[in-house]
Amino acid sequence: MIESVIQLFSYPFFIRAFIVGILIALCAALLGVSLVLKRYAMIGDGLAHVGFGALSVALVMNWAPLYISIPVVIIAAFFLLQLSENSKIKGDAAIAVISSSALAIGIVVTSLATGMNIDVYNYMFGSILAVSKEDLQISIPLSIIVIILFIFFYQKIFAITFDENFAHAIGVKVKFYKIMLAVLTAITIVIGMRIMGTLLISSLIIFPALSSMRLFKSFRHVVISSAIISIVCFIFGIVLSYIFSTPAGASIVLTNLTCFLLFSLVAMLRGHATK
Amino acid sequence: MPILTCKNLSIAYQNKIALKQISFQIHTGDYTCIVGKNGAGKSSLLKGILGLVPIQSGNIIFDEGLKQTEIGYLPQQNHTQQNFPASVFEIVLSGCLNQRGWRPFYTKKEKEKALYNLELLEIIALKNTAFQELSGGQQQRVLMARALCATEKLLILDEPATGLDPIVMQKFYSLLEQLNQKQQLSILMISHDVHTAIKYADKILHLDHKMLFFGNTKDYVKSNIGKLFLKGEAL
Repeated sequence: MIESVIQLFSYPFFIRAFIVGILIALCAALLGVSLVLKRYAMIGDGLAHVGFGALSVALVMNWAPLYISIPVVIIAAFFLLQLSENSKIKGDAAIAVISSSALAIGIVVTSLATGMNIDVYNYMFGSILAVSKEDLQISIPLSIIVIILFIFFYQKIFAITFDENFAHAIGVKVKFYKIMLAVLTAITIVIGMRIMGTLLISSLIIFPALSSMRLFKSFRHVVISSAIISIVCFIFGIVLSYIFSTPAGASIVLTNLTCFLLFSLVAMLRGHATK
Repeated sequence: MPILTCKNLSIAYQNKIALKQISFQIHTGDYTCIVGKNGAGKSSLLKGILGLVPIQSGNIIFDEGLKQTEIGYLPQQNHTQQNFPASVFEIVLSGCLNQRGWRPFYTKKEKEKALYNLELLEIIALKNTAFQELSGGQQQRVLMARALCATEKLLILDEPATGLDPIVMQKFYSLLEQLNQKQQLSILMISHDVHTAIKYADKILHLDHKMLFFGNTKDYVKSNIGKLFLKGEAL
């Protein structure tokens, strides 16, 4: 088994997916803590669906998929953020409507163009074969930018996540940072959905943060733990998916679920111990 | 010279007027309480001063070295924070953000300031404790320490006593009194309890969409409107 894992690293496609995957897992985990705490987790799901629609249209039209879907998803991110801010509209319902519509457009467009069904399957559930050399060239710098911006603005992101009004009152540009979070999330999702799949990418954002919050009670510890959990679960998931020939995205979600259950169990035992 | 002057201030939400023609000043060391019934525009006034809601007309003038972003703000207790993973020190330190431009990390001086305020509020032992594990009174002190990190001149508090038990509340008010007298910190506070307000504050601002009274507490108690409100009669 170890041999087959070592052999795995001799495939260029696998190494590409591995590098992009680790970077994306890291980005998603960092952003995820704020998104989950601000109750924006569903925005990630909505963005993934919009990304799917954009990718499908780009493929049929023979445009470069990432160059089209990244700007489209960034625009969608602005829009969804606005929706969930506005209490007059039912934000969650609006997000659901937008995601299913985008998904439907994507599927109809691809089925109209013949012989694209395999690709649809791959986009829905992810594939490590999907990461091309060109994707790698865009993904690496973009994810490094996400990570650098997150670290650079960490204190402000904390302040806004904890108490938006207070942050605003002491002069933090709340709107700017929220838009930045949305844009970074959009980029992370578009890059990550090739491996994870449209339906599963949001779990990469939500799971590590949720698991960490079971055990850790300071923001910094939650962020660090999320980053580690996310990367470890990604590596385990992708290796297991190779050994058992299961789809990569789903395998990664399941390793994350296992981790979540494990952390919940430890938290429960610890709770009993202190009582 | 007043540190804060509001001149003919009006605030409106979607064309519905919340506040009309409010004028008052705050000087160094003033302890001002805002009173009035629910929905009278008290919170709107604070949010207007803090720049959280837009002003329709009028002016807010900051002076004597006070800037709008250097007000210590203690918001109403927010229930979404109850399960937030954050340590006491992380929260208090975030009050220092207004002294920083684009710098990504806190300096030693800012950390010392946070520690100083933790000591002042007697919660230094809780420094590394999780916020969600604290009692209501302790949480209030943490948010207070954060507010003190943000200001040296003016504290703005929005019904700080809500949800505290009477003993904790008493302690909190004497803490405010101390800060006001020893550090010459100006206080502007919304109070839902007019009796506490006249006990501690030296100035009263009574609102009901417009300004019904602004002046010394002694004069308020003697005024018609003060007498009526103290008796608990609806205005």
